[in-house]
Amino acid sequence: MSSYHDFSRRRVLRGLLGGSAVSVGLPLLDCYLNSNGNAFASGEALPVCFGTWFYGLGMNPGLWEPTKIGDKYDMRSCMAVLQPHRDQINVISGLTAHLEGGNPHATGARVVTTGETTPPSGAVAGLPSIDTLISDVIGKQTRFRSLEVACDGSARTSISQRSGSSINPAEVSPAAFYTRIFGPDFTDPNAADFKPDPRTMVEQSALSAVADQRRQFAKNLGAVDRARLDEYFTSLRSVEKQLAIQLQKPAPMAACTIPAKGSDAEVGTDVTNAVANHKLFSALIAHALACGQTQVFNMAISGAASNLRRAGNTSTHHILSHEEVVDPVTGYQPNVTWFQERYMEAFRDLLVTLGSIREGDKTLLDRTLVYAMTDVSYGRNHSTKNFPVFTAGSAGGRVKTGLHIAGNGDTICRAGLTVQQIMGVRTGTWGTTLNQTSKPLSEMIA
Amino acid sequence: MKRFLHYLTIAGVAALPSAGYPGNTAEPAPGDAVAVTRRITEGQYRNIIADVFGTDITVGGRFEPDIRDQGLLGIGTSRVSISETGFEQYRDLALTVAAQVTDAQHRGSLIPCTPGSPKAWDDACATKFIQGAGRLLYRRPLDQAELATLVGIAQKSATQLNDFYAGVEVSLASMLVSPQFLFRKEVAVADPAHPGRARLDAYSRAARLSFFLWNTAPDNMLLTAAENGSLNTTAGLSKQVDRMIGSGRMSGGVRAFFADMLGFDEFSTLAKDPAIYPKYSFKAAMDVQEQTLRTITDHLLAQRGDYRDLFTTRKTFLTRSLGALYGVAVVDDVANGLPARWVPYEYAEGDPRAGILTHASFVSLHSHPGRSSPTLRGKAFRETFLCQRVPDPPVNVDFTVVQNTDNPIFKTARERLTAHRTSPTCAGCHKITDPIGLALENFDSAGGYRTLENGAPIDTSGELNGKPFADSVGLGRAIRDNPEAPNCLVTRIYSYAAGQTTKNGKDWIAYLQAGFAADGYRVPALMRRIAVSDAFYSVADTPVEETEQ
Repeated sequence: MSSYHDFSRRRVLRGLLGGSAVSVGLPLLDCYLNSNGNAFASGEALPVCFGTWFYGLGMNPGLWEPTKIGDKYDMRSCMAVLQPHRDQINVISGLTAHLEGGNPHATGARVVTTGETTPPSGAVAGLPSIDTLISDVIGKQTRFRSLEVACDGSARTSISQRSGSSINPAEVSPAAFYTRIFGPDFTDPNAADFKPDPRTMVEQSALSAVADQRRQFAKNLGAVDRARLDEYFTSLRSVEKQLAIQLQKPAPMAACTIPAKGSDAEVGTDVTNAVANHKLFSALIAHALACGQTQVFNMAISGAASNLRRAGNTSTHHILSHEEVVDPVTGYQPNVTWFQERYMEAFRDLLVTLGSIREGDKTLLDRTLVYAMTDVSYGRNHSTKNFPVFTAGSAGGRVKTGLHIAGNGDTICRAGLTVQQIMGVRTGTWGTTLNQTSKPLSEMIA
Repeated sequence: MKRFLHYLTIAGVAALPSAGYPGNTAEPAPGDAVAVTRRITEGQYRNIIADVFGTDITVGGRFEPDIRDQGLLGIGTSRVSISETGFEQYRDLALTVAAQVTDAQHRGSLIPCTPGSPKAWDDACATKFIQGAGRLLYRRPLDQAELATLVGIAQKSATQLNDFYAGVEVSLASMLVSPQFLFRKEVAVADPAHPGRARLDAYSRAARLSFFLWNTAPDNMLLTAAENGSLNTTAGLSKQVDRMIGSGRMSGGVRAFFADMLGFDEFSTLAKDPAIYPKYSFKAAMDVQEQTLRTITDHLLAQRGDYRDLFTTRKTFLTRSLGALYGVAVVDDVANGLPARWVPYEYAEGDPRAGILTHASFVSLHSHPGRSSPTLRGKAFRETFLCQRVPDPPVNVDFTVVQNTDNPIFKTARERLTAHRTSPTCAGCHKITDPIGLALENFDSAGGYRTLENGAPIDTSGELNGKPFADSVGLGRAIRDNPEAPNCLVTRIYSYAAGQTTKNGKDWIAYLQAGFAADGYRVPALMRRIAVSDAFYSVADTPVEETEQ
């Protein structure tokens, strides 16, 4: 809680205010990449990145799970578009989200993202989501703790939460997202000169003074309200830290380039626009990672119980999942499957984008781990058995990739526990009640 | 803007000791109500900035979404905190507002003094501004420590930036991201009239009252009544309540409550397929909300109408473009090119469009993007107007009974839903939603009128609690005459005002419900009854922890 005071650099810089252009040499950050560009000159590897990728309503059972376990697995029809990337992808089948009531879509998503089985009730109920646990480990030295985007037009489509009282809203407009990252507050890590903005300095100092009122404001608050207030102050400090980081000369990032500002496809629920905006968001996230602005991101092509729709069609993906008749020949719902294919194409776009940023002899995808997840395993009947989840990227060599891992009916939280451990979260168990597990998927841990 | 200068004159006056708790033995205690800490809503934020600094200050940017809890965002405000991304957004809003207030255009009128030099620190002038603005933004006088902090921020910033106004700007932005502004923290003090219980202190009382009736922070007169102790007396409280209820600003409070209860926040992400419903534009989605809120405030406030008649009234307000959506001719003599006007409109006797259930705001909000949904409409009807809870669909449902029927060519929603209502798996829930929603099937997903669906005639008959009806007009009458509808409103409006549902508060709710009936179901009378009651400001002695439900 008190780590926000540990910005010794702030004190160093304090004396520079009002000064003209100064180059600030700081020991830790005064380094350059090695000749390959894939590590800092000191030999320290470029930092690992983590992302979640959410799609609604699962996939057709029997049509996504590889038949072969282990490497060189067969990519099935639902995921066919990902075939060229198979060796960077782990498909995890056979895991179950145990539910104890509540809306199946919301509950399934909650189990996958927070490990919590029972629906929360009351204030500050709800456990932290997996990305916040991970950002507490890897996201503290970047300008943004994490970045959240949703492609369905709703700021509420976000899995990222400290608790049910503190949900990070998603950005829905790529243009606004561009401004947030690459707008006036962006500092090019490769610029020769660095001049801390005196205005940022006073604003950071002001936030620090507001934070100091915590004890006074917390007086007479009950435990629940005090916990909510703590969340508020955690958020305040996170932004204060963001300002502190803007006052430091950033470490050069060889692969950092500033993308061009694109124009949004219409923001809303038309799936074609959602996929187009997803492409724009992917590029912005990739550049943000390459420029060291964040190491954690959350993307959603749709929310749980996807309400994306096809222009001119009277039904949404969610309605179709319940009402569309199964084709007796193919054994699946054709229009529902059409949506699944669009989502997998979007995921492919993300992988292609992350893979296109070269960092020496490696790519950005190589130092990233993306965990792709959904709310129910099969939308048609609200099944939560055999959840279709998968990962991509090797997180700087921490993940063995190109595997099909079979979960044998265990809880889906095994996948979440695994990615946390890979990203350095010190936890041996994760999940509650029937979803609690202490068994990571050791097959994929390098 | 001049209002703000006027407020400054009494800034900093300390509250006088309480004049004692007014006794009203007719009122039961409201159960174990507690002092709550609520995050201010987007609407409240906007109202406060307009009240304090004037309507020409633009509040640009986004707000962290509210959370609906037990039917109301107003209860959810007692549950939410501020996330990391959310804080970033509040900071952006604060910086935008503070920059405008202190810019060359506004500083002359909004800052109550001129510094000796715009480049130099002026302690007296900054203190005067911060004290005055702080009292309105924090809804009470700043204490010594708060004032010192904010003046300190201003001084440090002004000195480092060599700019007095920049210093004031940073300090104002700090106020606008402070918990004292963003959260309405209620403070409880011992209640001398009711040993063992506590009551809200005068400032918390003023805030609860003001946000309830006007959806904004207390104005100068109300703060003064809190400061001089008169708000703690029966006469003083009544005087303030009557002043506020008699003001034109009441409509802001009534609109905010109904917009919350009716779920209008969902319009921000509501999508209609433009190929199917070309008339349902973004503008139309705004207009349909306005139509309903105008109908409600006119009926309840201007006409002093019976709440129940909202379900049957044929009177409403339309614009020409909304008339096009509904297929009725709206006569308005406004010249071309001028903004559309709202004109009163009355449907003919027997027209299916009677009551707010038939407004596009209800039928379009509770529909799919490309078609109507009797199930969603029936669910919303029961949850919104009768305070009932429709269960969630189960896990591992066998949908094959619905889908693998021999004749999949269903033309109407009634036919499509028959299997849901007859199969044992689905019938439990669909029987309580669909007969209501089917009565509204004459209205498509965008609110347009139709008698055929896919060429087949639409049957709108149904029943509510065993009472059959033929169509939307009959459904409106059925809910108008259902005693649960006004009872539900009472529960909702109290919960909205208090930021919590009652715990062990049945007697209090029953008292309000009986009063509502005795008042002829007049909503302003109900709001007054709540606002002048001791019980509304009475809380359990110690903070009651949330319990698992």
